[in-house]
Amino acid sequence: MTLSLNQKAALLSLLLLAVGLLVWEAAIPGQKPLSEMTEYERLTGGGAQKAGVPPPSQVIAKAWEQLSNPFYDAGPNDKGIGIQIGYSIYRVLTGYALAAIVALPLGFLIGMSPVAYRALNPFIQVLRPISPLAWMPLALFIIQDSEASAIFVIFICSIWPMLINTAFGVAGVRSDWVNVARTHELGPLKTAFTVILPAAAPTIITGMRISIGIAWLVIVAAEMLVGGTGIGYYVWNEWNNLDLTSVIFSILMIGVVGMLLDSAFGALQRAVAYAE
Amino acid sequence: MSKPFLSVENLTQSFPDGKGGTMTVFENATFGVEEGEFVCILGHSGCGKSTIMNILAGLAEPTSGVVKMDGFEVSGPSLDRGVVFQNYSLLPWLSALRNVMFGVKARHPDWSKAKVAEHSETYLSMVGLDGDAIHRKPAQLSGGMRQRVSIARAFANHPKLLLLDEPFGALDALTRGTIQEELLKIWGGTKQTVFMITHDIDEAILLADRILLMTNGPLARVAESVEITIDRPRSRTGIVEHPNYYPIRNHLVHFLGRRSKELAGQPSNGAPQSPETVRIDFTSPGPDDAGDESLRLRAVTN
Repeated sequence: MTLSLNQKAALLSLLLLAVGLLVWEAAIPGQKPLSEMTEYERLTGGGAQKAGVPPPSQVIAKAWEQLSNPFYDAGPNDKGIGIQIGYSIYRVLTGYALAAIVALPLGFLIGMSPVAYRALNPFIQVLRPISPLAWMPLALFIIQDSEASAIFVIFICSIWPMLINTAFGVAGVRSDWVNVARTHELGPLKTAFTVILPAAAPTIITGMRISIGIAWLVIVAAEMLVGGTGIGYYVWNEWNNLDLTSVIFSILMIGVVGMLLDSAFGALQRAVAYAE
Repeated sequence: MSKPFLSVENLTQSFPDGKGGTMTVFENATFGVEEGEFVCILGHSGCGKSTIMNILAGLAEPTSGVVKMDGFEVSGPSLDRGVVFQNYSLLPWLSALRNVMFGVKARHPDWSKAKVAEHSETYLSMVGLDGDAIHRKPAQLSGGMRQRVSIARAFANHPKLLLLDEPFGALDALTRGTIQEELLKIWGGTKQTVFMITHDIDEAILLADRILLMTNGPLARVAESVEITIDRPRSRTGIVEHPNYYPIRNHLVHFLGRRSKELAGQPSNGAPQSPETVRIDFTSPGPDDAGDESLRLRAVTN
């Protein structure tokens, strides 16, 4: 039997998944039925439901239940997973888009002008290592709105990789290509859009891909803090409900959405890539 | 004497030498190129050929001196001066056709897209590129094909002056031969003024009306202007049969091998440095050089 590399890898992945799930399922200690317990066990509370890590079968059942009706809304603390994820994506994309609006032109400027680079570099170097959540109290105080504060935190965490990569990509455009634009009498704006932007696009998109990854990491933590809606709040809320099945299910959903966001940018990256 | 089409006057380029002084690459270089003329410039590395080229293209500023084209001073790059770079300088994210269209669109912003594409395809087919190949990206083309695209891009714009910076330097000898003949063919059709840098003596003889010879740098100068007295149309196999071919070739080899060193490093003392005209012709010996046995027959004009 001959299998392609991809087929072999897929088969191995499925095998690993199956083994993992089986080990997980087997590792959960079963609870004896009431009828098999001794009187002593029943008297010491053995019959009460124990809180434990749920087996994968329960998580799958939960996932099925949630995913078959993802958009129900039964009050502030009981919304479908689709609605929660929708809120998170909305916040991530809003903050991310604002960051792109600022970072891309600014990165262009820094990449084109050595003076701007040197002038802005100290600020970037100081602001970049700050954990986005450290901004949260300040944001809450100044903006006075938890929703907008969460968006601000996404904005501030996604701006740096985009800014730095744009500047780096623009500064690294080969002078030959810029000379081609110059000998064809292209104006600065036309040069920026027809030569520098496509030349720097792979580097810029790499920065945007890193940014969206960070933004998705941060939104969960931010929503745990601001509460109300969103996948981060959902995880925390289910933890407070001691519903570990839902916690595990939502952790998996965070992973799936993150993967989808990343692969969207991966596709974009392939579209603008070029070989020299 | 009327001004030539392209006139380079007292061009000087010097750089700081890193020790507080200046290093003069060339000084008061003065020469002209007539309209429709194909001029090659030969010289060793470091004599400032590429610097002259960049100044003509408007990509660099000389320390002093002016370049005038058609009576106007050259400042900054212009569509009237097309450049073919040694490393092709194609935009790698565009197909061959799109690269040529890029140039044509810059030249004719008012043309429709179809007209731009049609014009570009015409020029690509002139350098032997058509069919599927024109839709490929530069990375999928061979070096020779890339340089063809680059030449098509330059010719398609009908610049008044075409600057070729060692266009065949990176190609193997066989490909170089083919593209040289294509270049001759396309130039024969347009009769553009061409100024070309090369390291290759045979290439220069094949292509040029006149070869400018530069001495070694620093303080290089354009020492001689050798007329290529071989009728057109020329072919690689045909020119070697011509009685003037080897005398001219020997003169050039002799210059590059020995005299470029001997003549090097002479300061100009402020005087314009014009090249001496050298004419080697064994087909119809004139009265001046009838008795001269030397291969270096010169009729100095100025």
